[in-house]
Amino acid sequence: MEPLLKLVEVSRRFGAVQALYKVNFEVNPGEVMALVGDNGAGKSTLIKGIAGIYPFNEGKIFFDGKQVNIHSPRDTTSLGIEIVYQDLALTDNLDVVANMFLGREYSRFGVFLDEPQMEKACLETLQSLSVTTVRSVRQTVAQLSGGQRQSIAVAKAVMWNSRLVILDEPTAALGVAQTRQVLDLVRRLADRGLGVVIVTHNMHDVFEVADRITVLRLGQSVGCFERKSITQTEIIHSITAGKLEHVPGMTADG
Amino acid sequence: MAEQSKTPEVRMGEQETVSVVGFVRGYIKRLGSGDLGALPIIVGLVIIAVIFQSQNSNFLTPRNFVNLILQMAGITMIAYGMVFVLLLGEIDLSVGYVSAVGGVTVAMLLRDSSAGWTWYTAIPLALLVTAGIGLLQGLIITMFRVPSFIVTLAGLLAWNGVVLRLVGRGGTVIVQDQFVVGIANSYLPANSIWGWVVIGLFVLGYAVTQFLQYSTRRSRGLSTRPLPVIALQVFAILVVGVIVVAICNQDRGLPMIGVLLLVMVVLLTILAKNTRFGRFVYAVGGNAEAARRAGISVTRIRVTVFVLSSMLAGLGGIILASRLRSVDTGAGGGNLLLNVVAAAVIGGTSLFGGRGYVASAILGALVISGVENGMGLLNLESGDKFIITGIVLLLAVIVDSLSRRRQQQSGLA
Repeated sequence: MEPLLKLVEVSRRFGAVQALYKVNFEVNPGEVMALVGDNGAGKSTLIKGIAGIYPFNEGKIFFDGKQVNIHSPRDTTSLGIEIVYQDLALTDNLDVVANMFLGREYSRFGVFLDEPQMEKACLETLQSLSVTTVRSVRQTVAQLSGGQRQSIAVAKAVMWNSRLVILDEPTAALGVAQTRQVLDLVRRLADRGLGVVIVTHNMHDVFEVADRITVLRLGQSVGCFERKSITQTEIIHSITAGKLEHVPGMTADG
Repeated sequence: MAEQSKTPEVRMGEQETVSVVGFVRGYIKRLGSGDLGALPIIVGLVIIAVIFQSQNSNFLTPRNFVNLILQMAGITMIAYGMVFVLLLGEIDLSVGYVSAVGGVTVAMLLRDSSAGWTWYTAIPLALLVTAGIGLLQGLIITMFRVPSFIVTLAGLLAWNGVVLRLVGRGGTVIVQDQFVVGIANSYLPANSIWGWVVIGLFVLGYAVTQFLQYSTRRSRGLSTRPLPVIALQVFAILVVGVIVVAICNQDRGLPMIGVLLLVMVVLLTILAKNTRFGRFVYAVGGNAEAARRAGISVTRIRVTVFVLSSMLAGLGGIILASRLRSVDTGAGGGNLLLNVVAAAVIGGTSLFGGRGYVASAILGALVISGVENGMGLLNLESGDKFIITGIVLLLAVIVDSLSRRRQQQSGLA
């Protein structure tokens, strides 16, 4: 199967700091890929590179087998890649519908909001994702629980025919039941044929939903593992002491 | 996060029309959880009416009611703009003197009739000038990232200076143009049907939009508010409208300026609630970062709102000039700015952005102007007036933050 997104030896520097060095990464359609690593391993930098916020300095990006360039967030969006950041980027004072459509409102004559149309589409999306815990899509986001917010943020990301969804620490602030709810949602996204990347610290989540696991350490990829053929202990070992091809602290060419 | 388990799982998309009982129950629940809406203001207005009427029987008379509409017109118009600025979580302290710039511009252009200016060229130019002021201030705020508080504070001083320079030392510019004087000094004749026509059109328009909304939502299978509740709302507005016109018609009739306020509140409410621009204003005020990530040009929204606010201030200034039939060196000063901010805040617009309605500026202005008007009738010393106005503002803000705290406790807000 052709990977949906494939990064080949991408690198990113911030001044003297080599945040990512020749990292390889791929996601297949219909697959949940976990991206794990300790603090400072380069997970966020990798995500921001894909997002076009901090474009990679070197390396190649393939989407659907075709080489593409990502220089700005707009490039990412137009490829059909959506990213749900940890802070979710929801506006508390607006209702669920308004949040789902923020910046892409349906309108009549390009000016007046088409609320019924938006509400309908919003309900359909939530239903298709089996997000059933939100009582009314007309309540403000401030009234929702953490899990509901996360679900709305994810639903917002998949609403626009996106093909790859990247979730940054989606369960970090959630309780047990809500984590369950979000992980189920993640699974459903993959079952619909989307590629899903889940960035997390939580080994439990990783082994719960991921199909494959990519481990980053000190800005380099340690490896990519099938979930079924590896144990938690082995993953933790590679996160903390995985073998690196390049010794950190040396120059990029070293 | 235990609340999740308590939330009943309701199938979405199968939302039916809420029953009347359910709707009333929901409303009472909202009140109980601290979401008071316009209720405290209406209670406040009743208290104000009772107190002043008991002190001076001229307070609740048709004549004074019409006076009150004239008195509140300028403040209300400027407060409309202030609501937008507050929705962004910003403030515009310059609106008082910007309004004076608008008034002075019109007054000076029309001072010499041989200069060739007419009301229909002078008023647009004045609005353009004040819009330009808003553009300037908005650009400085967004380009140099200076807090709007500081930029408009500088504006407050500078535009005061401009007004003083234009009017001249101790001078007064008289407004003689019939149209401009007429803005705040003419009425829909008391013995004609025009007042009724205006209110009829307004209520009809409201009823039609509500019903259209109801039927569209219905046809698309979305939940709707119960029809009797909608009918009751339309009826309530009709009753208020009829009372207002009936009272005005016992005196000079419905002031033209009242009609202008009504038209503007409708237009601005549509702008705030039914357009992409309005949605973006609320979004930027609620979470600017989220708005930015959603592809909204936060800078453009901010600048546009400051332009809008200054332009409405200019319009308010023209109304004030029309009412006084002149502009003097004190124009835009005194407690005009504070009254405007008070009107917006008493109306329930949050100083922290993202919450508020344009229409609530009318209620806020009614409270502030009502108190001022009442104290005027009682011939209070200006010291006492300031103290009382201060207390009223403080009470309003306390009620607001109490209700907000209540809302936070009950998981709303």
